[in-house]
Amino acid sequence: MTLTLDQIFVIAKHWLLGYVPSGARPIASAVISVVAILIVFPLLFAITTLLERKGLGRIQNRYGPNRAGPWGLFQPVADAVKSLTKEDIVPVTADHAVHFLAPLVLVTAALLAYAVLPVGRNMVLIDLNAGVLFFFAVGSVVELSVFMAGWSSRSKYSLLGAMRAIAQMISYEVPLVLASVVVIMQSGSLSTVAIVDRQAGYTGIFPHWYVFTPWGIVGFILFMIAATAESNRSPFDLPEGESEIIAGYYIEYSGFKFALFFLGEYLGMFATSGMAITLFLGGWSAPLSFLTFIPSYVWFFLKLLALIGGFIWIRGTLPRLRMDQLMNFAWEFILPMALLNMLVAGVWRYMPPSILRWLVCAAIVAVPWLLLTRNLKRKKRFEIRTYTFAE
Amino acid sequence: MNATFFILALITVAGTAAAMGMRNAVHCVLALTLGFAGVAAIYLQLDAQFVGLTQIMVYVGAVAILAVFAIMMTHSPGPATPAAYSSHWFLGTLVAAAVFAVLAWAVLASGASAQTPPAQPRITVEQIGDALMHRYVLPLEIMGLLLTAALIGAVVIAMDRSQERK
Amino acid sequence: MVGNGILKGLAETARNFFGSYVSKDRLTTIQYPEERIEQIESTRDFPFLVYDGADWHAGMRCVACQICEKECPPKCIYIEKSKDKKPDAVGKPQAYPAVFNIDISVCMSCQICVEVCPFDAIKMDVVFDLPTDDRFGGLLLNKQQLAKSNDYYHQIHPTEAAAVDSALAEERAKADAKAKAAAEAKASAPAPGVPKPTPPGPPNPAGGETK
Repeated sequence: MTLTLDQIFVIAKHWLLGYVPSGARPIASAVISVVAILIVFPLLFAITTLLERKGLGRIQNRYGPNRAGPWGLFQPVADAVKSLTKEDIVPVTADHAVHFLAPLVLVTAALLAYAVLPVGRNMVLIDLNAGVLFFFAVGSVVELSVFMAGWSSRSKYSLLGAMRAIAQMISYEVPLVLASVVVIMQSGSLSTVAIVDRQAGYTGIFPHWYVFTPWGIVGFILFMIAATAESNRSPFDLPEGESEIIAGYYIEYSGFKFALFFLGEYLGMFATSGMAITLFLGGWSAPLSFLTFIPSYVWFFLKLLALIGGFIWIRGTLPRLRMDQLMNFAWEFILPMALLNMLVAGVWRYMPPSILRWLVCAAIVAVPWLLLTRNLKRKKRFEIRTYTFAE
Repeated sequence: MNATFFILALITVAGTAAAMGMRNAVHCVLALTLGFAGVAAIYLQLDAQFVGLTQIMVYVGAVAILAVFAIMMTHSPGPATPAAYSSHWFLGTLVAAAVFAVLAWAVLASGASAQTPPAQPRITVEQIGDALMHRYVLPLEIMGLLLTAALIGAVVIAMDRSQERK
Repeated sequence: MVGNGILKGLAETARNFFGSYVSKDRLTTIQYPEERIEQIESTRDFPFLVYDGADWHAGMRCVACQICEKECPPKCIYIEKSKDKKPDAVGKPQAYPAVFNIDISVCMSCQICVEVCPFDAIKMDVVFDLPTDDRFGGLLLNKQQLAKSNDYYHQIHPTEAAAVDSALAEERAKADAKAKAAAEAKASAPAPGVPKPTPPGPPNPAGGETK
């Protein structure tokens, strides 16, 4: 019974495919899965916009939106209607073709990334042999769309925002990939399905998730920091800093195209969260062995919602990082920690399982953490400010 | 030689041809990126997953960004420069056609297309990794050294000169 | 240790988040228009004209002296004096305003008109949500719209209204006493032939001219 509930979407898909002539079955199967992704994740986007506004409101001691329906539940509908009916203003000197294509490229790249996320048992769109590589390859197309948006608007602010955004994204892409390399080292495969399968076992009641190892927890934290920076989310949202350069690279976009940028950014956030869940948090497997009766896709979405809640929490807590602080953080702290993490993962693999393994690995990670962070607090002493001309 | 290949080849050729013919520098780079993506799709169609995906990651995600940065930093978004069609276009077309004829004759006459293609081996990423670590480890390390030298060179060029004088 | 401050910050925001559901101190938003903040007694928004009794026209205290119109800084009051007279709050026949318009889109609630009115005829109301879709005419209040009863004045500013009422009652009592004295004087006017008592004359100029 639980197995049927778990596989209900797979069974439904096979039933639907029964109505399709057998020649067209592969294409129809792909189309059905694509339609499912296109329904679920934008719906999740709508729910997330509401959750974020209400969550941020409560963190800031106020109600979120609560007028458009009970508890503001129809606020996403109101937002959709607003963005669809707003006038689409394109600057006269803008590059119209590129201006039009930029949000499309963003949304396409963000949606392509969902093809390799295993949402449940047997529920992945395509089981690529190099699934993780596909994910990061598609993620690097996003930067191109950022450039297209910033350049085509022919505006100083948008160009500046685009430059900053691309610099930030390429700086954090390296730690993102390196943080996931440890998982690949440990599981020996680039296929997301294989990675999740390796984490689906239990010793006693505790799962084999990679996050419960020294290199796993560090890798997870680094991955989440890099993911926050990749999707331009607070505290790394200087490119779209609402109080600084208004909206950065999508300042000249209005109406539906702006909504598409918003959608693309959030979809990117979900995709990287989904990848973090796949790599570190065991994908669709349950946290305790007696909870496996709950369907696998429920666990995936619960973990996804937890990570989204984490994003919202961090957004409500931390102030924005300045550009140079951001870059310093990436190149002087995150990247060395990611490299050391790889060393730790190697040590872990070749030491026999014991408490010593834990201590050694934790030491290799903790000592540089303390030393590197001393570097981050620059030697600047705060001096009393002296004025040259005012005295 | 099926429909997919023709479509992808068309996209690639269109992209690269547009990259040569367009007036706006940014449009050229974007068209070239389309060409890169087309080549990556052809790799993927040949079941070479690692190469295809790395092509996207490196070319579209890094080389195109590099070209784009170069344009952003140096090129002012002024009016589009007029089309660079030379006045000797007839002679140029003649030479290009002649080169194409020679290459086509060389490929067709070599007999490579007459043989039946061998069974496509399924190369997995594990096999590539294995080969890199066992058979090709020396070229790998040399490439690593080369990249490190490039990185150090980039940092030295971009370094704050005033720090040296202190 | 790096990350310490972040963890403390996260704890603080979590406390805010859960506290906002539990304690009213954390969530201080007033859900207008269902809830309203209690206004203090000296709240002032836009002026209104006070009338005593039930008839808003007969009981209006304003005598169209036009002092408030002249003193108003943004000149938002427009008064046209009437040609005929009617008895005012004290009883004396006075003119009344035929037209009294206040443009509340101009009014800046400075209360100067209230301070200068010698007849306690214009006072400050406490109603602030007066939305209208008629941009110009809708915010121009005429005499009838401005007329509100003294009972309403007692409701919104009790202490002020009580003070004004007692002052007016005093004046009315004085006026009544004066009228009664005048009536008595006229009634007890002396019969012809009785010599009128001469009023004391001017002081003797030939007396002490000291300076």
